[in-house]
Amino acid sequence: MSTQKRAGAPSLRRERDLRKIAASVLRLAKANGIRETEVQIDENIDGLTRFANNTIHQHVAEHGLVVSIRTVMDGRTARVTTSCIDEDALRNAVQSAASLAAQQPKDPHLLPLPGKQKYPAVRRFHAATAMLAPEDRARAVKNACQLADNRGQVAAGIFSSGQSQCVLVNSHGLTAAHRQTHATFSITMQQGSAASWAKGNAGDYRRFATAALAQTASEKASRAQDPVELEPGRYTVILEPAAVLDLVGFLFYDFAATAVADKRSCFSDRVGKELLGRNIHIADDVYHSDQLGSPFDGEGVPKHRVQLVERGVVKNLVYSRQSAKQAKTRPTGHGFALPNEYGEAPMNLVVGGGDVPIDKMIASTPRGLLVTRLWYIREVDPYEKVMTGMTRDGLFLVENGKVTRAAKNFRFNQSVLEMLRNVECLGPARRAAGEESFEMVVPPMKVKAFHFSEVTKF
Amino acid sequence: MWGTMWDFCSRALDTAKLRGATYADVRVMHQHQRILTTKNRRVGTLGQSESLGIGIRVVANGAWGFASTDNLTRDGVATCAIQAVAIARASALAKKESVQLAPEATYIDSWQGPCLKDPFEIPVETQLGLLLAVDEEMSKVKGVTLTETDMQFRKVDSWFASSAGSRIHQRKFVSGCGIVAMSFQGDAIQKRSYPNSFGGQHILGGYELIEAMELRNHAPRVAEESVALHSAAQCPETTGTIILGGSQLGLQIHESVGHPIELDRVLGQEANFAGTSFLTLDKLHNLQYASPIVNVVADARSEHGPGLGTFAYDDEGVPAQCIDVIKNGEFHGYLSSRETAHIVGLTRSGGTMRTEGWNRLPMIRMTNVSILPGQWTLDNLIADTDNAILMDTNRSWSIDDRRYQFQFSTEVAWEIKGGKRTRMLKNPSYSGITTDFWNSCDAICGADEWVLWGTPNCGKGQPMQVMGTGHGASPARFRNVQIGKAFAKQ
Repeated sequence: MSTQKRAGAPSLRRERDLRKIAASVLRLAKANGIRETEVQIDENIDGLTRFANNTIHQHVAEHGLVVSIRTVMDGRTARVTTSCIDEDALRNAVQSAASLAAQQPKDPHLLPLPGKQKYPAVRRFHAATAMLAPEDRARAVKNACQLADNRGQVAAGIFSSGQSQCVLVNSHGLTAAHRQTHATFSITMQQGSAASWAKGNAGDYRRFATAALAQTASEKASRAQDPVELEPGRYTVILEPAAVLDLVGFLFYDFAATAVADKRSCFSDRVGKELLGRNIHIADDVYHSDQLGSPFDGEGVPKHRVQLVERGVVKNLVYSRQSAKQAKTRPTGHGFALPNEYGEAPMNLVVGGGDVPIDKMIASTPRGLLVTRLWYIREVDPYEKVMTGMTRDGLFLVENGKVTRAAKNFRFNQSVLEMLRNVECLGPARRAAGEESFEMVVPPMKVKAFHFSEVTKF
Repeated sequence: MWGTMWDFCSRALDTAKLRGATYADVRVMHQHQRILTTKNRRVGTLGQSESLGIGIRVVANGAWGFASTDNLTRDGVATCAIQAVAIARASALAKKESVQLAPEATYIDSWQGPCLKDPFEIPVETQLGLLLAVDEEMSKVKGVTLTETDMQFRKVDSWFASSAGSRIHQRKFVSGCGIVAMSFQGDAIQKRSYPNSFGGQHILGGYELIEAMELRNHAPRVAEESVALHSAAQCPETTGTIILGGSQLGLQIHESVGHPIELDRVLGQEANFAGTSFLTLDKLHNLQYASPIVNVVADARSEHGPGLGTFAYDDEGVPAQCIDVIKNGEFHGYLSSRETAHIVGLTRSGGTMRTEGWNRLPMIRMTNVSILPGQWTLDNLIADTDNAILMDTNRSWSIDDRRYQFQFSTEVAWEIKGGKRTRMLKNPSYSGITTDFWNSCDAICGADEWVLWGTPNCGKGQPMQVMGTGHGASPARFRNVQIGKAFAKQ
């Protein structure tokens, strides 16, 4: 796919222009007698081409910029965000933030703003993706729709691309900036009442091939015909990366020190104990080459790689400045923008992989199920981390080392902790995209005794 | 003089038409929001936000294009309109048929939703003071390990203009509040919420909602029940009778009636994300969706009540309507738009196109999808029930992508024995197939116990849009339901 800069296509402002807006806010705050002020400016340009029934039915673009101002005054803090950036609007926002902050009781635990920080260099802006135009996306979509037409199938999905930048400054001299691009291609191919799905997501759209994803979804849809209804029960499952992502992703907030302190994490009273299988290793690593994101958190603290789980033991949590102070440790750079009640979370999980590809997992399975993706996952039991949800868009029966036929979709009620004790083997980890959790790096997994409780009609 | 909202609309429409759009509509939206939360007797979130921008939707070369911006200068609006037309032309590269819109009259109108007390005029100090007092009340109960409260307020002004000549201004206030107590003991976390879980109750209205909820009076009970659940008996795994509280029935309606009747899902337009629907077109007027006592409407009109789906006009400029969805148990109607109405033989849109904000495309959404009240009182219904489980306040919800098979769990349940409410049960859940479940409904409580619940967090679309929907419901009884699968020992 070739791209070239289109006349009139929007582009991000220069970073120095955003810094000027931030400087204006700091000046206005100082003029209003506010000693500590933090300003975060986010700008985004996004486009999304959506298709269904082998045609484009929605096609959108947006360009937005918001200025978010936090004041800290005598143990009190509040935030005001606005999309209006003229001087009067910014002055009003500053005064509103000060007024909100003043109307609350003093918080003796509130920390002053952090000072100047240093960040590792992270380059995640790809000009080719930033320049991807509606016509480029439409042509790729047209090719996918033609594939569906040629095979008597019906395609639905999206091809999106965009660019964003963030500048964070505060009155203590902290300055942080980050810009990145992103692209997603997701496709569902339907054949009769059967369907299958594939999805790619990356900072650079050239990291995935839209035609190959369409081909994968198409071939799996054709294999998904005439599903057999199986009895609910415990099955060995081979979970493709998207299925692993959407289940394991629900653990992300459990690794927050604040969640553990609040006793709402499944790791409350369990840190340091052997809770998962010895083949399970989980880290948070924004610097991994398959990840996206900025090298700083909501307060501008540099993000650190944190080994969360090692050989099945929860070794570490992530900390904001405030939770770190309470725990008498160092912040890890995972805090949310303040004020908030949630503290922090790891947003760049990397689950360690193995060397068993999916075809070998299938070959070694006497009877089991190959799961393409999961859907509508919700927490049933927060401490045992029992999740419920459905299989979707491609559930296949494996018999004697081979995929033999499609199966009707199951509902599962499965503890994620138990699942991660039952992992028999892992494949290579890669960036995966689902619909229930944000993108992360995960491997496919073969898991024994996965619990399906009920079956649906298709 | 440049600078009024109608100036922005006119500039966008004029530019789009000049560039070749055969139809265009524009939404300028100005939103204000205030969020306050507390946790464990301290302030959690305290913030306000303001967002102002324009979304321009056009048809050019027979295909759709949409662009949005918060740059409301003359050049900014014109550039955005030009971009929308260019996107429509790109869409035409993969076009099968040209867009056709059902006819609709044009309207010049202004409407304001109900609001007795502007929540933005109530001092934050007063609002926080109430939340902190309620939090304190819950924290006093021994065994409670986490307390949370929240209030949320939104004021939304929208200016809609179309190339056909409509000019509609609407203003609405949305208010919500809720409280939660959690208790961690041994190997379990239990929680209770009021007036509903996941953010509480939300309506179209002002601070009068907060006052009516009497949060402080309910705080001790909520906290005590979260602790009591630890010593309650486990909800059994069985097949039997359940009575659902009104808020849980509201969510049941949302998931197993509201979503399946969205015509864009039925037509496959959401196949990649939100899913499709078991309600294929052949089922219209040809499906016993529910038992004959069940009547469900999708009613966006003010007379239905101050729900999150109440408005005067949808975001295509179509007036609010009341649609019969289930009439005496039979499936009667879909939620439609100007583009989809003709597919089900309608001459006019049902008026259900809604957008989250200026930077999102309007799409078919639920309005107030409500079950009409029956004749029972809850006391009489319990007295009439020999053996059942009464379940209240949602804890988890999940349903397949065609809206057939569902599973819900609630925060609390009570056993009904011999016509009396007896012991508390923990970890209740129920599951089933949508049409089987609704056909098992044999009693619905009356208007005195009917509440128009607000669901503020309905996600749909790509890019994702979060929408508020309304669901009027009163407690109801269902027979032969699968109970307790979610927590069954395997």
